[in-house]
Amino acid sequence: MSFLDLKNVTKIYPNGTKAVHETSLSINEGEFMVFVGPSGCGKSTLLRMVAGLEDITEGDINLDGKLMNEVDPSERDVAMVFQNYALYPHMNVYNNLAYGLKNRGIDKETIEQKVNDAAKLLQISDYLQRKPSMLSGGQRQRVAMGRAIVRNPKIFLFDEPLSNLDAKLRIQMRLEIKKLQQKVGVTSIFVTHDQVEAMTLADRLAVINNGIIEQLGTPIEIYDNPKSLFVAGFIGSPQMNFLDGNLKNKTLSAEGFEIKDINSDFEGEVTLGIRPEHLSQSENGLISLRVELVEQLGSDNLVYGQLKNKKDFCYRCPGNQTIEKGSNLSLNIDNNKYYIFDKSTGKRVN
Amino acid sequence: MTRFITSSFSHLILLIGILIMVVPVWMIFASSTHTSSMINMNGLQMFLGDSFYENYLRVLLYQGGFFKEITALKMFFNSFIMATGVAILSVVTSLMAAYALVYYRIKHATLLFWIIFITILVPLELRIFPTYSVMAELNLVNSYFGLIVPISASAIATLFFRQFYKTVPDELLESAKLDGANTWRFFVDFLIPLSKTMIVAMLIFMFVFGYNQYLWPLLVTTSEQYWTVVMGLKMMSGSIVHRFAFVIMSMVPPILIIIVLQKHFIKGVFQDK
Repeated sequence: MSFLDLKNVTKIYPNGTKAVHETSLSINEGEFMVFVGPSGCGKSTLLRMVAGLEDITEGDINLDGKLMNEVDPSERDVAMVFQNYALYPHMNVYNNLAYGLKNRGIDKETIEQKVNDAAKLLQISDYLQRKPSMLSGGQRQRVAMGRAIVRNPKIFLFDEPLSNLDAKLRIQMRLEIKKLQQKVGVTSIFVTHDQVEAMTLADRLAVINNGIIEQLGTPIEIYDNPKSLFVAGFIGSPQMNFLDGNLKNKTLSAEGFEIKDINSDFEGEVTLGIRPEHLSQSENGLISLRVELVEQLGSDNLVYGQLKNKKDFCYRCPGNQTIEKGSNLSLNIDNNKYYIFDKSTGKRVN
Repeated sequence: MTRFITSSFSHLILLIGILIMVVPVWMIFASSTHTSSMINMNGLQMFLGDSFYENYLRVLLYQGGFFKEITALKMFFNSFIMATGVAILSVVTSLMAAYALVYYRIKHATLLFWIIFITILVPLELRIFPTYSVMAELNLVNSYFGLIVPISASAIATLFFRQFYKTVPDELLESAKLDGANTWRFFVDFLIPLSKTMIVAMLIFMFVFGYNQYLWPLLVTTSEQYWTVVMGLKMMSGSIVHRFAFVIMSMVPPILIIIVLQKHFIKGVFQDK
């Protein structure tokens, strides 16, 4: 049995909303799991059920071999970092860290030792006497993490903890969280709607949509091999291009071009997905793109334009290429790197 | 220039207002430091006389009342007990009522709250006979307990605390829960320190409310031993200067309370926000 086991977990709110549908998931000890999905998809609800802050309507949650369903949050030995940090405004940083330990009846010297160790690890030793209102966003974030670390819990839960920070700090804290987790080695679940955050942090990630885990795997697995239209569209930035098409006799006919010998027996209406980075320019390419806008990121150029049928399309090329606005590009798909989805169900068919 | 004129004008109006409020009080104070024959002959005085100690000491220690059992000093003591009791008890009950209404999953909590709130429309004077008969049945007439308890559930304080608790983010409770705090610890370690400012404000408010009670102490005390200052104002006999001195002294405790606690009040408001 793995460290954290969710078995057919379902959450139905009193008003009848079904937030999580029969979700099963196993997380190994020391693993960094990320739940990613759009807002309202049930990822936070799932996390809060692990924490014990939401009741479980059906199913079981096992942590370290013990059934957690009826266990009070205070007895679960989990620590959570909230989106707005939820620091205790009337206590200084030291007491914020020490509060959970005091409640567990740990003696004063041990508490001091643990708080000082955690403070050193997070570089907040200088602020221990300050109130949270006197700290910057990044410092508050560290205090919130310190409060989790100091208790040495079985599992860390992060509920979108980076979304209140500015872009630069977010990237820095993202790195720090990852480093810290590797150093401390605690099993962690991180909830986010930001796919870049998800990709960079996760050992494994679960893409959640409408209360269902659409796909579970390592970030690269999910990026390379999305199993549904939703996952394909959600993971990857800029977003995958989607074109309508028809699949018949292993031949795909899409907006003005055909692809033959497709590895699928599916027949009918499909959606063709191509990532902007899986294209390259060549003479007599399949796709003809009229350039409308070029975003120069330095390392890359993002080329936005329209196909012949006025469909928006994006192409990513190395930053050293010069691309004129208004020009026509002829593009080929790299190495069969395209994805075909059943248009009605969204399931991958190739 | 026009700004100078308008600001002088508004200051002038404020000054007139202050004079209207302060002068009568000053006249009573100034008159209370003269001898009674001086007041009887020359009317109210604007300047201080030289009988301050004589008059005030006599008032404090004079055995007044019908049975000559009560002194002003004892009345101050009674009023202090009553006002402090009302303040503390009503703040404690309101804090706990608001906590239950906001944080416990009580059915129809909102309805219950409005029922509590409606009691604002039913002042003590309206329910004074039933309240009295309850107190009489309980044998609490002529006791501090009887003075305090019937007026120490405050719907207004409950309203204030309830509204404040509703602004406390849920994450704080959840975070505290994960940190091992039970319901009692959350109340003591979080809500009480967070509402410190409001508690002080309510203490001031309820102290003055308790101190100013007139009709209830009048009804529930038959023994002079339990007379309070405000009802003593009416019961006090003696010469005019002594009554003036008593009026002035009766104003001191509420003013003192406000001056002392307002410091904390303002400090709290500016620090915690």
